[in-house]
Amino acid sequence: MKIAVCVKQVPDTWAEKKLRADDSTLDREAADGVMNELDEYAVEEALRLIEAHGGEVTVVTMGPERAAETVRKALSMGADAGVHLVDDSLHGSDALATSYALAEVLAARSFDLVIFGSESTDARMSVVPAMVAERLGVPQVTFAQKVEVDGTLVKIERQTEYGYDDVEASLPAVVSVVEKINEPRYPSFKGIMAAKKKPVETLSTADAGLDAAKLGSSASWTVVSAFASRPPKAAGTVVSDEGTGGEQIVQFLTEQKFV
Amino acid sequence: MSEILVVVEQNDGTVKKVTLELLTLAASLGSPSAVWLGPGYSDTAAATLTEYGADKIYVSDSGELADYVVAPKAETIAAIMADVTPGAILIASTAEGKEIAGRLAIKTTSGVITDAVAVAADFTATQSVFGGSTIVSSAVTTGTPIITVRPNSTAPQVKPGAGTRVDVAATVSDAAKGAKVTGRTVAQKGGRPELAEAAIVVSGGRGVNGAEGFGVIEALADSLGAAVGASRAATDAGWYPHQFQVGQTGKTVSPQLYIANGISGAIQHRAGMQTSKTVVVVNKDPEAPIFELADFGVVGDLFSVVPQLTEEIEKRKA
Ligand SMILES: Cc1cc2nc3c(=O)[nH]c(=O)nc-3n(C[C@H](O)[C@H](O)[C@H](O)COP(=O)(O)OP(=O)(O)OC[C@H]3O[C@@H](n4cnc5c(N)ncnc54)[C@H](O)[C@@H]3O)c2cc1C
Ligand SMILES: Nc1ncnc2c1ncn2[C@@H]1O[C@H](COP(=O)(O)O)[C@@H](O)[C@H]1O
Repeated sequence: MKIAVCVKQVPDTWAEKKLRADDSTLDREAADGVMNELDEYAVEEALRLIEAHGGEVTVVTMGPERAAETVRKALSMGADAGVHLVDDSLHGSDALATSYALAEVLAARSFDLVIFGSESTDARMSVVPAMVAERLGVPQVTFAQKVEVDGTLVKIERQTEYGYDDVEASLPAVVSVVEKINEPRYPSFKGIMAAKKKPVETLSTADAGLDAAKLGSSASWTVVSAFASRPPKAAGTVVSDEGTGGEQIVQFLTEQKFV
Repeated sequence: MSEILVVVEQNDGTVKKVTLELLTLAASLGSPSAVWLGPGYSDTAAATLTEYGADKIYVSDSGELADYVVAPKAETIAAIMADVTPGAILIASTAEGKEIAGRLAIKTTSGVITDAVAVAADFTATQSVFGGSTIVSSAVTTGTPIITVRPNSTAPQVKPGAGTRVDVAATVSDAAKGAKVTGRTVAQKGGRPELAEAAIVVSGGRGVNGAEGFGVIEALADSLGAAVGASRAATDAGWYPHQFQVGQTGKTVSPQLYIANGISGAIQHRAGMQTSKTVVVVNKDPEAPIFELADFGVVGDLFSVVPQLTEEIEKRKA
């Protein structure tokens, strides 16, 4: 089975995120980059599927030069190969452009399964997996809390508002996973050493045969017209419970007209 | 005045509150048209949609819309859009709503904005990003604006529309039938308001210390007519069902009042509740980061503070 995992490098979870004053895009220089937390679960799930069924895992990322660290991390967890799409013309791409680029790279390599995280912690759109499925014209089995491959079928439990749905599709298919699905492994020392020798294909948009008119800020179908920092919240009142904490809260709730 | 399509969110045929909010928002932008997708359409649903402003109700009640994941819904909306050229499409910002929006954007060559908290008359959307620290105005520059809107962004208002039913013949393509739903498991639902839509949410975390401890949280929630939420620590431990998890990988809530009990305020939790209007915190650790968000906080043991709070509220109600 050939599995691709799409991973994104995002600013460190705890770092304060800011938009750039010049072009209203996320300031990726301002903080350390890490693998999007939710994509770790995608990598883990791919590795488990390969361990059970045999095959190969390729990690695919689109991002600036240093996103190579994130590819390396996935390789040290156990993925076999990497593809890194990097090009200045990609800067400012929105979800539509990102899904276009990823779909083209994926289509050129014919995978049985493409696995995504369910959301990136910076953009938080949760749309790229569905968009890639739409572009590739393959079934979308997303928000999986459980994934099974059975011959040419993929069966998942899709997390819903009220519980979960059992969903099945034939391969090739696009999967996204939620954090409940597994516990991602840490790269071992051996894994880290082995990763250094694994193949990573670095592609420019020209190498990937992408249409420049569909990429970057100028091709985005949405524009940020203004942004501002929310004024920091005025410090609230914090009291120590001396036996009347509950009553004090009621007092506050009454002033605010909640009771 | 252009039509504004509102994709109806429903549960077993009952129209959800967020849809009424979107109809009210749509009325400020143009002429609201509801789009009903899936089985279960009824006179009651029609009456509710009309009461809250729907001038037209597009109805596609084929079972296929519910039998396959997302793609048939996007396809049906695209077909309606081809006929009516709406001014904008409003969809609730749920996991599935965003997926519909994403696919629809590609099908109709339109820009998509997710998680809007407001939409102005010129369709500029306001988003609250990076855990609420930054307010962004964005606009769609290509095609028809497709905007997903967070629950609790607008107060729903009764404003009867014409409510004309327009049947939509659903022709779901084979390509859209790739992912088949073969079973449905609904975790138990209580009589409480729905988490993502509730005006008040009372949450418990690791400090609740067990499934039994949630009795204290539920009692407070019931005294306020609130929904119950939980941190991941509590859902992971199996103390409370997963669909009540608030946060990055759970539900995003934006209630008038959020009461966090025994929750430290990890960044992934805050991502799901940071836009709550008023936040009350009970935690025994004065250093817990959740206090940074508190409008009112009590440093203390939740097992003494919360029952006293509940009792006091019940007293005032009596
Ligand atoms: C990929 C990923 C996704 C995640 N998604 C989510 C998510 O969606 N939602 C989420 O919530 N978390 C999420 N998390 C987990 C998050 O990082 C935290 O681990 C979690 O939120 C902690 O839950 P907690 O605050 O209940 O527990 P803790 O951090 O252990 O805090 C418990 C708090 O309770 C207080 N306490 C203890 N006893 C009492 C008492 N008797 N009275 C009063 N206070 C008491 C303590 O002082 C402490 O502050 C995610 C993590 C990852 C890696
Ligand atoms: N630039 C990117 N490179 C590779 N994968 C991506 C990229 N952006 C998004 N993804 C994938 O799409 C998922 C959802 O992202 P989003 O729709 O931005 O919330 C992520 O968890 C990744 O798996």
